[in-house]
Amino acid sequence: MSGQWIRLWAALVLSAGIHNVALGQSGAPRAPKPAIVTAADSALDAETRSLAAQLRCPVCQGLSVQDSPSELAQQMRDVVRQQLQDGKSPNEVKQYFVARYGEWILMAPPASGFNWLVYSLPAVVLVFGVVFLVVLVRRWTSVPHDAASATTPNPSHTMH
Amino acid sequence: MKWKRGVIAALIAVPSIGLLGFGLTRDPGAIPSPLPGRAAPTFTLPAFTRGDSAPPSLTENDSVRLASMSGDVVVLNFYASWCLACRDEHEVLRSVAAKYAGTDVHFFGVLYNDSPGNAVRWLGEMGSLPYPSLADPHSRTAIDYGLYGVPETFFIGRDGRVAYKHTGPVTQDVLVSKIEALRAASRAAAGGVQ
Repeated sequence: MSGQWIRLWAALVLSAGIHNVALGQSGAPRAPKPAIVTAADSALDAETRSLAAQLRCPVCQGLSVQDSPSELAQQMRDVVRQQLQDGKSPNEVKQYFVARYGEWILMAPPASGFNWLVYSLPAVVLVFGVVFLVVLVRRWTSVPHDAASATTPNPSHTMH
Repeated sequence: MKWKRGVIAALIAVPSIGLLGFGLTRDPGAIPSPLPGRAAPTFTLPAFTRGDSAPPSLTENDSVRLASMSGDVVVLNFYASWCLACRDEHEVLRSVAAKYAGTDVHFFGVLYNDSPGNAVRWLGEMGSLPYPSLADPHSRTAIDYGLYGVPETFFIGRDGRVAYKHTGPVTQDVLVSKIEALRAASRAAAGGVQ
């Protein structure tokens, strides 16, 4: 019996691990880091930061325009700020960068078309994992017919 | 039962290996630009050197407007004095641009994250260019062109659209073939010949 529980526990840990990996690779949108708000902070600064955190720095490896200290990222933050100040909506500013750099510039790919797969796959994997586990656990915990009758240990009984 | 396991394992392994193999054939550094085919972003930038073969009407610190070049072929080369790969293409740009001086093909250098002073010193050391170099304060034009780094070269057709973008040092073959294709295409269009 204890061997079954160990197996069940191992399967649970494994499936959780697989699910974590699947989620980690999905590039699910992460909320922009909450920044320290100072007295001089304005709504424009906050909006600029939030938008810059959604744009990928072209000269860095995996950094957002907000997080990168590079000169180009600084200049891109200025462009974001300027465009927001000029009355463009955050979406219009994003489209400006997408039109020049392609969808690559977005830290999180938009959930449409082929990209939709990236967002749906973790859920699909999770459902399959749960179904797989249920089937497995039921198979493990179902008591074999002849074992049920042998409730009293029989020293002469050997494994088949 | 055993063959079933084998089939399942193969069904998982073969596509995975295939996908990884396909990944090996791709260049992770190559990022497709959405710009070719679209209207070239306009700019008005000050020329900090006018170049050896620039038209006499252009003087230093004059502004160059892309819009005033409409109907002609424009080659836009983003460079910097700190950029090592830019040294590799410098001679090619010099010689090819000299050949097209005075024609309907206009070359412009656009300085990227560098000071005009550094660029002038660099040009003195490397050999001056026959065409004007433009300053791009705060990289606004570079960002407008979706620049990743230097050198990058944009070819703009007579219709004012970006026809081609070249990333990295440009070669003589690329320069001449792209320019000639753009000149021929527009000539054909002008003559009504497809």
